[in-house]
Formats: sequence, C-alpha cells, structure tokens
Amino acid sequence: MKKKTDALRNYRETMKAIGYVTRKKATQKDYDRIGFMSGLEVHQQLDTRQKLFCRCPCGIYQAPDDYDAEVIRHMRPTLSELGEYDGTALMEFKTRKEIVYRIKNATTCTYEVDDTPPFPINREAVDIAIQISLLKKLNIVGEIHITRKQYLDGSIPTGFQRTAIIGVEGEIELRNKKVRLIQLSLEEDSCREVSDIGHTRIYRTDRLGMPLIETVTYPDMVNPDEVAEACQFIRFLNRSTGKVRTGIGAGRQDVNVSCRGGSRVEIKGVAHIKWIPELTHNEAFRQWALLHIRENLLEKVKKPEAWQMSWQKIDPVYFDFRSKILKNLKEQQMELYAVCLPRFGGILSHFTQPGKVFADEISDRLKVIACIEKPNMTSSEDLKPLENEEVFAKLQKILGGKTDDAIVLFWGPAGDMATALETIEERCRMAFAGVPNDTRKSFADGTTIFERVLPGADRMYPDTDSAPIPLKDEHIERLSKDLPLEAISAYRKMQEWGVPEDTYHYILKKNLFPLLKQMVEELEVEPVFAGTLLGHRLRFVEGHYEVSQGFRYEQVVEILKEIKARGLDREIIKPILPVLVQHPKMDFDSILVSINFKPQKPEEVLSGVRFLKKKYATIGRIQDEEARINWMMGQLRKNAVGNISLNELREALENGKK
Amino acid sequence: MSEDFFQGYKGQALEVLKKYNVRVWGQATIETSRGNFVGTVLPRSENDDQHHIVLKIPTGYNVGIDVNNILAMKETGYKKANYKIPEKEFPYTEGLPKVKLIGTGGTIASRLDYRTGAVIPAFSPGELYGAVPELADICNLTTEKVFAVFSENMGPMQYKKLAVAIGKEIENGIDGIVIGHGTDTLHHTAAALTYMVQNPPVPIVLVGSQRSSDRPSSDAALNLMHACYTAGHGDIAEVMVCMFGPTSDDYALLHRGTRVRKMHSSYRSTFRTLGETPLATVTRKGVKPIKTEYNHRRKDRKATIMPYFEEKVAIIYYYPNMMPDMIDSLIENGYKGIIIAGTGLGHVNKPLYPALDRAREAGVAVYMTVQTLWGYVQMFVYETGREMMALGVIPGENLLPEVAYIKLGWALGQTSDLEEVKRIMLTPINDDITPREPYNGYLIYQGGVPEVEEFIRKFRK
Repeated sequence: MKKKTDALRNYRETMKAIGYVTRKKATQKDYDRIGFMSGLEVHQQLDTRQKLFCRCPCGIYQAPDDYDAEVIRHMRPTLSELGEYDGTALMEFKTRKEIVYRIKNATTCTYEVDDTPPFPINREAVDIAIQISLLKKLNIVGEIHITRKQYLDGSIPTGFQRTAIIGVEGEIELRNKKVRLIQLSLEEDSCREVSDIGHTRIYRTDRLGMPLIETVTYPDMVNPDEVAEACQFIRFLNRSTGKVRTGIGAGRQDVNVSCRGGSRVEIKGVAHIKWIPELTHNEAFRQWALLHIRENLLEKVKKPEAWQMSWQKIDPVYFDFRSKILKNLKEQQMELYAVCLPRFGGILSHFTQPGKVFADEISDRLKVIACIEKPNMTSSEDLKPLENEEVFAKLQKILGGKTDDAIVLFWGPAGDMATALETIEERCRMAFAGVPNDTRKSFADGTTIFERVLPGADRMYPDTDSAPIPLKDEHIERLSKDLPLEAISAYRKMQEWGVPEDTYHYILKKNLFPLLKQMVEELEVEPVFAGTLLGHRLRFVEGHYEVSQGFRYEQVVEILKEIKARGLDREIIKPILPVLVQHPKMDFDSILVSINFKPQKPEEVLSGVRFLKKKYATIGRIQDEEARINWMMGQLRKNAVGNISLNELREALENGKK
Repeated sequence: MSEDFFQGYKGQALEVLKKYNVRVWGQATIETSRGNFVGTVLPRSENDDQHHIVLKIPTGYNVGIDVNNILAMKETGYKKANYKIPEKEFPYTEGLPKVKLIGTGGTIASRLDYRTGAVIPAFSPGELYGAVPELADICNLTTEKVFAVFSENMGPMQYKKLAVAIGKEIENGIDGIVIGHGTDTLHHTAAALTYMVQNPPVPIVLVGSQRSSDRPSSDAALNLMHACYTAGHGDIAEVMVCMFGPTSDDYALLHRGTRVRKMHSSYRSTFRTLGETPLATVTRKGVKPIKTEYNHRRKDRKATIMPYFEEKVAIIYYYPNMMPDMIDSLIENGYKGIIIAGTGLGHVNKPLYPALDRAREAGVAVYMTVQTLWGYVQMFVYETGREMMALGVIPGENLLPEVAYIKLGWALGQTSDLEEVKRIMLTPINDDITPREPYNGYLIYQGGVPEVEEFIRKFRK
C-alpha cells in the first residue's frame, strides 16, 4: 500500500510547501505574505409590508412541501446590453436544469413567476435604501434605473433580478481604518432552494421579490478579522434605522477573496458573520495552493496549450471492484469512464483546503456542471482510497499512462458523460492558468465548494419594463433629517470599550446605551461585563421570564450600586435579574433571600474543597485535573456567587492543586 | 450624414453634454453636488425626461445623473458598444423538412433599441441559429421579412401581403410555414389567414412570445421550436396558432386560427381555443392531435389565395346606455359592416333600434356576436332579439367577435351583395362556426374550489 501513504504524505507536504498556517496561528505577516485581499457584498432585507415590485406580503414563509401549484422553467442565456454572453450563463445552460417553482397563493402572485410585468417600485423600500445609503456616505444617484441582472441558476423565475443602484462611492469607518464602498443597490430577493438533485432543481417562491439592499465594499480588508468587523458594522448601520428585517436569512453576505496573483472568488451566502474569518482565511490559502499547483505544472509541462487528457469508457465487468458504488454501477444504470491526466501526478492530492485536495475541485464541478451526484469519481491519489492500487495500475496500462500521470475514474448517467469529460478537461486546463473565478458555497467548517462560474458585468441589462425614477434633492434632504446618528456614536463608543459586537443590537434597540455608559463611567464596571450583562443576560431574562409592568431598566443600575455599596461580588447580579424583572418592587435584602444568598468569606467558600476532591476521586469519570476543577467549580458556584468572583475561585482551585 | 453623438438627448441634458463635450458612449467623470460619478454615457430613451444623463457605471449598472446637479464633466475615453447576436450559418441537414419563417416584427430573438428603450427583433437565420441552435435539429430554415410592424399595427394590408407571400411559398414547394408575429393581434391575423389562404397543403403556424427573447425565461425559443416542428413535421395542414399550453416550459397547444383568442394580458399560456378543444399538443418530440378531424398534409401545391378585405368594418362592444349616435356615426362615415358584441345571447338596448333600422336602410351589414365569448347568439329566446332581427341584425352563431369582424371584412371585400355576404358569413370555415359546442369547450375553473386546487397542485399549471 505504498500509494496510499503517498497521497496523504503529498497532501501534508504540499500544505507545508505553500506555508499554510491555521487561522489561530496566522499573523498579519502571513496575510501580507500571501497578499490577502477581501471585499464584501452585504445583503439586508428591508422591513416593508409588501414586496418590491408587486403587492404580495413580505415575510410569510412556507414549508418546502407546502404549495398550491408548480411552474417549470428552463433558462437560456441572453446577450448583455453590450452584446456579450455571460460566462455563468453559459455554464448554467450546460447543466440543462429543469427548474421547478413551488408556489403558494398566499405569498406569490403572477408577477413573481414572470407571468405579469412589474408593478411600480415600492417607494417605502426606496426611501429606506436611500437613508441607509446616506448613513454610508454614498453619493445618491439622480435617477434610479432598474436593471436586470441575469441569474440562470433559476433562483429567480424571470432569469434575472431587478436591481437598481441607489448610491455609489461611500465609506464606513472601522476601528483602525476606513473601508471604501463601491455601491448600494436595491433589489428583489431570490427564491429559497428546496433541493437540487441531478437535473432538477426545486425552489419555493415565498421570499422571492422581497426588498433587499446590497452594500458592496472595495477589497480594502487585509485580514480575516477585518472582514468580519466591516461586515458587522455594515449590518449595524443597516439595522440602526430600525427599518430592516432581523432573524435567520434577513442578513446574508457574499465575501470576495483573493490572494496575490489569485483571482476574485466569491463565497456566496455566508449565513453567519462569525464564519467569515475562517472562510476567508481558507480561501486565500486555497488560491495560494492553486498558484503553487500552477507553478508545479508549468515546470512539468512546457507547452500547456498542447496539454491533452485521454479517456476511455470502461466496462466494469473486467474489474474486480471492492467499493459498493462501483460494484453496483450497472444496476444504477451508470456508465464508467477512466481519464488519464498527463503529468498530474502529485497534483490531485495537492492540498487546497483543510482536508481537501485538487481532486475535490474536479469532483465539485462534476456535481454542479454535469449534475452527477457525489460520490462521482475516485482517483489514483485519493486521501481515502476507494479502490485498490491494482485497479489504477490496470487503468494506467489501458490508458497508456506514464508514472507521473494521474488517473481519474468517474461515473454517472450516460447522458451526462460528454459534459463530464468536458468539465474535467476544462478544470485541469484552468490549473495551468491559476485560480478560476468561482462563486463558492460555504460550510460551517470553513471550507467551500464550487457553486458556479463567477458572473461579470456582462449579465446586466436595462429593464425595459420600467421607467427611470428621478430622486429630487428636496426628497433626499427630507430623508437625511431622520437618520439614527446617535446610535452610530454609541456604536463607536462600545467598540472602543471592547464590548462584544453581538450585544450592540439589543442595547441600541432597547435604548440601553445611557445605562451602559453610566455603569462604565460612574460605577466603574468593566465595559465587557456591563455590555454582556445588558446585551446577553438581560436579553435572555426578558425572553424567558414574565417581565412585570413595573420594571424599569434603570433598576439594573440601582442594583449594581447596592452590590457595590455592600462589597459583594457583582456576579451576583446575574441570578438577581430574573427576580428583579418579575418583582421590581422587592427590596434588596428580600431579593438576596429569594436567591438563597448566604454571605460567606472567600475562605468559607473554599472550605469544602478538600471534601469535594475526595468525592471526585470516587465519582469522577475523567480523572484529570481540568475535569476535576470544572466539576468543583460547578459544585461551589452557587455559594461563591456574590462572595467571590468566579475567576478568583478558579484561580484558588488551580493554585490549590499545587 | 454626420453621426448622432447625443442619441436620444434633448433640451437641458443635451445642452449640458454639448457644453462639456461629452458624447454618448464616451467614458466620463462627472462631478455633481451629490458627489462624483464615473461611467459610460448611454443613449437616452426618447420618452424619458430631459433632465438626466444615463451612465453605465463600472459594475454594469445604469444610473441617472440630474443635470441640475452637475458641476463639471469630462470625457476620458470613448467606446461604442457593438450589440450583435452571434451570427452563425444555419446548417443544412439532408432529410429535414424545409420550413420558411416569415417575419412580421415580433420578438423571437431581439436586441435592445436605445431610442425607445424597447427591444427590436433579430431575424436572419444566422442570428436565429445563434440564439436557438436547436432549430437546426428540427428543420432546414429559411427566413423572409415581409414587413416589420408591431402586432397592434397589423391590418388588412398586411393580411393580404402575408396571404400572397404564403401562396408563393406553397407554390415553391415549402414543407411548412411559420409566421413570427406579435401576440396582441395574433388571433386576428390567424383568422384573416384562415380565410385568405384556403385549403393549404402544408401547416401554416403563427407564433409569438409573451416574454421577449432578451430574457432568460423567455418563451420565444421554445415557441419557435414547437412551431418549426409543427410546420416541418406535423400532419395538420391548417392555419394555426402555436403557443404555450400551460405557463410552464412544457408543451404547446395548436389552436385553429378561427377559434383562438388571447385571454390574458401577460400570461405565457394566454391563447385558448374557445367553445372547442384545441387541435393538438406539441412537444419537441412530436405533434399529438387532440381533434380527430382536421385537414391533412398533402403533396399537391394547390391552395386558394383570396386576399380581399373591406376596411370599412367595425366592431362595437355594447354597454348599457349606449346611445344611437354610436351607430349613426358609423353609418355617416360610410361603414359597410358592423359587428356587434352584444350582451347575453346577443342583445342591445331599445334606444338603439332606430339606429339599427337606419343602418339597414343604408345597406350596412350588421351581425350579432356575444361578448360572453362562449356560447351561441340566440335571438329567438326574447322578444327583443326577434325585434332586432326584424331590423336586419343577423345572428352570427358562435363566431367569436374578432373572427366575425375579420370574416365580414373579408366577405365585403369580395362582394357588396348583402345576400352573398350573408351566405359567406354563415358558411362555416375551419370551425369558425361549429354545429355544436362540446361539453369541454367551456372550461374556466374557479380557484379556491377544493377539486380545482387539487387539480392545479397535481398537474402543473
């Protein structure tokens, strides 16, 4: 089994060769070394009653199998205004997808499914978009022109998204730098995908047509954390108006990444901002790896334009396959092909992303372009080999391959084979050029897969169904008088204090910033504690307990004052909050009684440690130091709160072991 | 003639462009009171106002700049867009039928017209092949543009021209004819051609699209494929309309030119056969007849071309309180025929009777149809109907109002003898009048009814 170790070793070696480091270990130096560059396209649904171009209600959603009717469409590429076909469009056409729309009468009319021309644009949405543009210091256009942006994946039944620029050339201010904005557009949201199997893709149309704004930044961010910070701030600005939707899917972002010498790649539909750092980190290194592959290949292949793969249809009868999938090809009515990739030895198992290699780039495209479900291929360089080495040795003979060649074995329905071969050849040829302009789909583990070819400006077309909408100076002036500027300065202050960003929304929404300020400046509470107390704990308590009508937020500060006056540890406010919101008139001592607080000196709290250690020795399942301390923390916590800070307690426990 | 550097710009906007020496297609930087803008100046649609300049910004979007806000402007480059549908030679395939596509101005394949902001059609076989390459697998296609008008501008002159052109093609041995046509008056033209081209030996298929071909979801390509298949391979040698059956990209219906009508302002499946079933369904795999009786394809080249039309014919759509002067004015203006779309079984109010009497005296042919669209005119049921017949109003059976209009124009184009006109009008041609209405000829299902909802959910719309 020499080969097997080769692939794994090659993966590790190439990972090292390109200087891959994990994000935790990476420093700005690493990002400078690979020329990390990133920009954002942040999407935000607006909180309007009706959709953007029709009068259907917004924000009503349907379950995947809850529909009244279905409509089928096939998309064809069309020429752009400047007379070009768009690359993505041509790729999507190749997939020969049948698109099925599941329509619910309550959320969808004939406009969404493209059987009725657009109604006049929703002016409420336009005004919100203008206000948000003003917050981002964008130059507001004189006249809104509705444009059609082609989407052949079927996510919009018309085959294009109606979209319009509201402002261009703005900026936002982060902690340490300014990020320039390219533009802000107002557009209709797309369908939600139900499934995409083989040549059928199913969508539901509930979300389709809801007003959405897209804020696009320049690629000014130079490390993954900056990207997340910029995204966070853009989202905040959107939300600060109080006129946008919140909740799952209401805010989504596409992240553009490249490394030096790489290409712009768009990571599409990142659902959580916290995923951004890992995704951008990995993508930049994936590109760095692809450039390394290119270098390797160009060294080996002097005339890349003459490079050609060879292939052959394989009859599985002549092979003794061990994997279930290859044994059952005939039953599945699948065909089997073997491809020889000259000089691709060591390339297929070249590191691209954590746990992924170049072969995955091919497999991903087979799924998306040729519509062959995974697993769809195996190769002579699999990290986890599907078949024996002998199989590949035999194939190599059949194909007349040399030692430095790589063998790919792939399978799928007969009708998809021609596209599949084209797809493999195309991806391999791209390897000589470097990094293809992809749109990629993201996963929680920080890796991405190919989703489609990145569209360019060629997919834009004026909407012949609608007239331009002039925006008068007076109107913009009126809108600019109603901007949430206070919220922005509060945001800046919290940022300066290092208060976690996920607390801002709640604090600003409930107008808690003055209280936060008082806690920090008068009571000298650490900003992080004060911020999370309001933005996490209070929010949780309000959501989980019945809040009395008499409760006022100011009481939180009063309680903190009392705690300070009595020399208690302020952690005790956490168990107090639920009592406080339910019984705001209860005096402080009664509250302490109701939470079973017993005043103890720190030594008293720690007096039980000896006993607990013994007990753990008999009941503890994992006998290590950390587990024991954690368990003891749990046991002592109740007595400790208010008497000794949990940090001190842990410290005492940790020191105690010595 | 010198080139128009300021396409579509007028008034204030034109002055500003001239002042700063910036042309359409020029790349410009514009300084405004709202900040700076960069992009390519685009032509402006003639119907838009004179106060804005259209700019394509680098991301591909268009925006308008208010000329009142412009502080300075500079042309930094110039690049004219060359919009062209890729033209490839339409390949000839031995053994495939010869189909002629006659263009009238519809939007099968089209490109943008900046002047109007609308789309203008592309048409040559090469352009069509570039846009719909599948056509080459269906037939050997040639094209001819007879004229270019929008659907609503089609009229008698065009009907006659078309009929003559079709006659010539039949004579020359074509296997089938497709006529590209705007959809608004497609059914008028279909009726006219049914009357003017009698007994054709090959299919004559009218086709249009409800979504212009400049959009990815257009029905144009599929319609064209269906139409070409029908014309080249189908066995039904009649004048037909070929358009989407359901709104989905699925199959097309073939409708008789005399029983078809556009029934929705924007749906893809807008054309329906009224009072009858359609002739057939078409997919890219074949034509599947629904009706068993139709005119079959023949080898001979005999067709009777009857390009006649009297233009002084009108339809009046009756409404309560219609005044007699509506009819009087037609008489005074020398109209020779009137089709009334009456209420119910074919009625108008009493105050019109004297005017109808005057029409009869003036020798105007007056025929009654129903604005309910479905069902027959029946003027014996009520006293009023009988009175009207006495005033010379002739019941038009179940002729659709538009079809009756075309037929009357065609009949009066041949003769002014009202008896002869009556004979022509009431002699059924291609089911324009049917002897009976089948049970499934009138199907307008009402949404909300559980069975209907179930049907819709099960069989895609």
